[in-house]
Amino acid sequence: MTRYVLGRVGQAVAVLWAAYTLTFAILYLLPSDPMELQLAAAGVQTDSLTAAQVDAIKQQFGLDQSIWAQYWHHLTGLLQGDFGTSLTQQVPVGDLLAQRIGPTLQLSVSAAVVSLVLGSALAYLATFVSLPWLRTLLSRLPALGASFPQFFVALFLIQFFSFQLGWFPATGTTGFSSLVMPVLTISVLASAVLAQVLIKSFDETLAQPYITTARAKGLSRSAVHLRHAFRNAALPAMTILGVIVGLTVTSSIVTETVFTREGVGKLAQEAVLAQDVPVVLAVVTVAAAMFVLVNLVVDLLYPLLDPRITHVRVSTEGAAL
Amino acid sequence: MTLVHIQGLDVGYARHRTISPAVTGLDLTVAQGEVVAIVGESGSGKTTTANALIGLLPANGRITAGSAVVDGVETAGAKERVLRGLRGSVVGLIPQDPMVGLNPTQRVGAQVAEAVRLRGGSHTEALAFLEEAGVPDPEMRARQYPHELSGGLRQRVLIAIALAGKPKLIIADEPTSALDVTVQKRILDHLEGLVRGQGIALLIITHDLAVAADRADRIAVMRDGRKVEEGNPGQILHFPAEPYTRRLVEAATPAIPRPTPASPAVPRSTPASPAGPRAEPLSRFEPASPAVPRLEAEQPAAPSPEPAAHAELGSPAAPLSGPAAPDVPGPATVSRPTSDPAPASPAFPQAKAVPPGSPTPPPDLSSFAGGAATVLPRPPREDVGDPSLNGAAILAYPQGKTETSPTPVLALNEVSKIFPVSDPRRGRRGFNALDKVTFEVPRGRTHALVGESGCGKTTTLRIALGLESATSGSVRLDGHEIAGLSWNRMRPLRRKAQLVHQDPFATLDPKFSVRQSIVEPLVSFRVGDRRSREARARELLDQVALPVSYLDRRPRELSGGQRQRVAIARALALQPDLIMLDEPVSALDVLVQEQILQLLAELQRELGLSYLFVSHDLAVVARISHTVSVMSDGRIVEQGRVADVFTNPSSPRTRELVEAIPGRRANAA
Repeated sequence: MTRYVLGRVGQAVAVLWAAYTLTFAILYLLPSDPMELQLAAAGVQTDSLTAAQVDAIKQQFGLDQSIWAQYWHHLTGLLQGDFGTSLTQQVPVGDLLAQRIGPTLQLSVSAAVVSLVLGSALAYLATFVSLPWLRTLLSRLPALGASFPQFFVALFLIQFFSFQLGWFPATGTTGFSSLVMPVLTISVLASAVLAQVLIKSFDETLAQPYITTARAKGLSRSAVHLRHAFRNAALPAMTILGVIVGLTVTSSIVTETVFTREGVGKLAQEAVLAQDVPVVLAVVTVAAAMFVLVNLVVDLLYPLLDPRITHVRVSTEGAAL
Repeated sequence: MTLVHIQGLDVGYARHRTISPAVTGLDLTVAQGEVVAIVGESGSGKTTTANALIGLLPANGRITAGSAVVDGVETAGAKERVLRGLRGSVVGLIPQDPMVGLNPTQRVGAQVAEAVRLRGGSHTEALAFLEEAGVPDPEMRARQYPHELSGGLRQRVLIAIALAGKPKLIIADEPTSALDVTVQKRILDHLEGLVRGQGIALLIITHDLAVAADRADRIAVMRDGRKVEEGNPGQILHFPAEPYTRRLVEAATPAIPRPTPASPAVPRSTPASPAGPRAEPLSRFEPASPAVPRLEAEQPAAPSPEPAAHAELGSPAAPLSGPAAPDVPGPATVSRPTSDPAPASPAFPQAKAVPPGSPTPPPDLSSFAGGAATVLPRPPREDVGDPSLNGAAILAYPQGKTETSPTPVLALNEVSKIFPVSDPRRGRRGFNALDKVTFEVPRGRTHALVGESGCGKTTTLRIALGLESATSGSVRLDGHEIAGLSWNRMRPLRRKAQLVHQDPFATLDPKFSVRQSIVEPLVSFRVGDRRSREARARELLDQVALPVSYLDRRPRELSGGQRQRVAIARALALQPDLIMLDEPVSALDVLVQEQILQLLAELQRELGLSYLFVSHDLAVVARISHTVSVMSDGRIVEQGRVADVFTNPSSPRTRELVEAIPGRRANAA
């Protein structure tokens, strides 16, 4: 068991490192000159500076060093909790993140929870109801939900709930009411993805012989569905929990932009537009870290939910016997 | 008193707005405490009938006419609530496959307790049921999950669940298809004792007439949704009225004759030998081959409707053998080894007695299993070498070959295999999976490895295939030492030995057409070009008696037997010397088993193939093998010619395996 946990943690760290390095490579291979962008942001024409001034600035940001040296510098900085300095805002990226991460975490976590509940409930109902037409209707819903673009859902919600009914504010970062519509926007997509996977898993589980055994005992349909089908059906769906959480994080870019929430998503959008490399790098790293963390938690929870898992290693050795 | 009363029952499955019938006009009754068996091949409607009784028809299943009354309750058109009242408390079910019949995420004790609690029982009662079902140490087992139990224990847990509702009827669906014969025998004996002791009625659903005959008071034979025959085991076995039942009886014949003093076959078969001068020298090498000639003799005999032949069934000399019997006493004679070649010879003239052209399959056999039964005699193939061979001289070929090349095609010498097993309490230690296993597969012959699961036969097979390396000992394939060879050095030798798997449903890539599956070995060894491969594919399909039009089919369009034929064709593609058969028929219905065994025997005769045949089913082994090694706990406990080993077993393990062959009890009665 200890070996299993250590292995999983090691994998998570490796994935995180790979994500960071890949992002670094892509951003630094971009054709534009980061210093030019930075000066442009400050309103200075590059042409007006002398070569000595340019060199001085480059030196100040470490841009005169080789790409390897820069990579090493950034990586070691990151390990010490230093994300570098924003090129456009001249403040430590760490401070920017700290300031913006609160609203995004609020949004992502709420959206993930809502998606989990909505998606599971929909899948449960769609496979439990016995009316054929209702069953068909419910099992088609996820495909519909997954096909609406998020900005469209967001604009629809704003139009209807803010402008017509006036229930929730169209923009802003403060209070519960500002959270409702962004969470809904993200949940429509995320719960649809989850429900699709879960419905398929339910259908497969309900065809298993042990379900017949359970029914043959004389259990009611709801008892069979809840006690025997649900847990077994949820196991394969657990693997996409990481994807769902990842989705809520990436969705925050669109959602925060549309609803003008001051979160990391909006920060990322601004940073990309301004090619603020350290900020983009930091945001990607944080998002990757969340993704990796959720997957790690899922992997570690899995053996608790599926009694067969801890034995996988032993039984693959034993299978040859 | 009548517990189940089925009258004029029609059950169908709704498909594309039409209803395709699965059961038609069925009448059947089960009295209280009675043991009834429904026998039939897959698709005969036997499982549908059982499901209708317990109200567990699939969503598209409908009772379209008739009635099925269980304990006074009409199930036809009944509401779910009514059916639920029957399940568990009136009708218990023991599902088909114990490996997948239990919820993998729940402790087994909880699964039994759930059934107990439905009646308002307590947890301790669940333990009592586990104990009653024969689960040792129920308190400890109840805390375990299904994957921690063996198949036999899982079956017992399922029996405990069925008993837990205190039902009046238990339905056992194919209770013998998933487990080892010895395990099954113990479990079925136990179950039978329980139901007889408690006055519970038992409905056995099976494709194996031998199993039914051993246990049931009454047998109903079903085919294509109709009941074709019904009677007590004696009537069905000895005086089957329908040709279909007769075929089932033949397939159920236990192939191992008990040693008997009388031997009527000797005077009958000796004069029939046309090859007098040749028979004797051959028979010195070839004394004990009861299996292969039997298969030959069976084909022409099968359609024969002579009632006189059936009278023989009752005689102790011809146990349960039916019209296929004439050669059965043959092996019985050989069973007592003797240095005198004369009594040992009937095996050879027996085979000769079948004219080369005669094994034409009965016409109705081919309609069954989708035409898979067309086992036609073919002219000798040129590449076989010996021009003197003909279709019937089955023993001559291997003999000639053995003389020219005495090296066995496969020889294992003192092969041991130790698996490292990590044990949390005692640290790492070795598990001795194989202990000095030594045997040979002679050229052109069949050697069988038998034993319960876990005895090491699969490990032996994997080592012989070079998929696993032996810890010590020598493995010689066609004279080449393969133990310790690297993957690349082994690869050219792989052509010499091919494998046919147990499960015909998993062995073929569902996305490959039959053609692609068959030519794949040729492609991977870069043999021939497209045109020659196409020609080879057609030839191979012909060899396994499938029509050439099947080349473009996908596995899902084929029956189990047909898939296994494709798998055999694929194994033949590279013209190997040795084919390893890993339980090749255990997943098939008995009648299809028979056809596949016939095909294998015929291919061996034509192509001079050698087989290493791995099985837990002695009845099957006796039909196809010349020599046998009985394995137990990684050791070979007994070895020798099939007739010697099975008729006169010296090891208790072998005796147990022989005892477990279904059909013996009914036969002895």
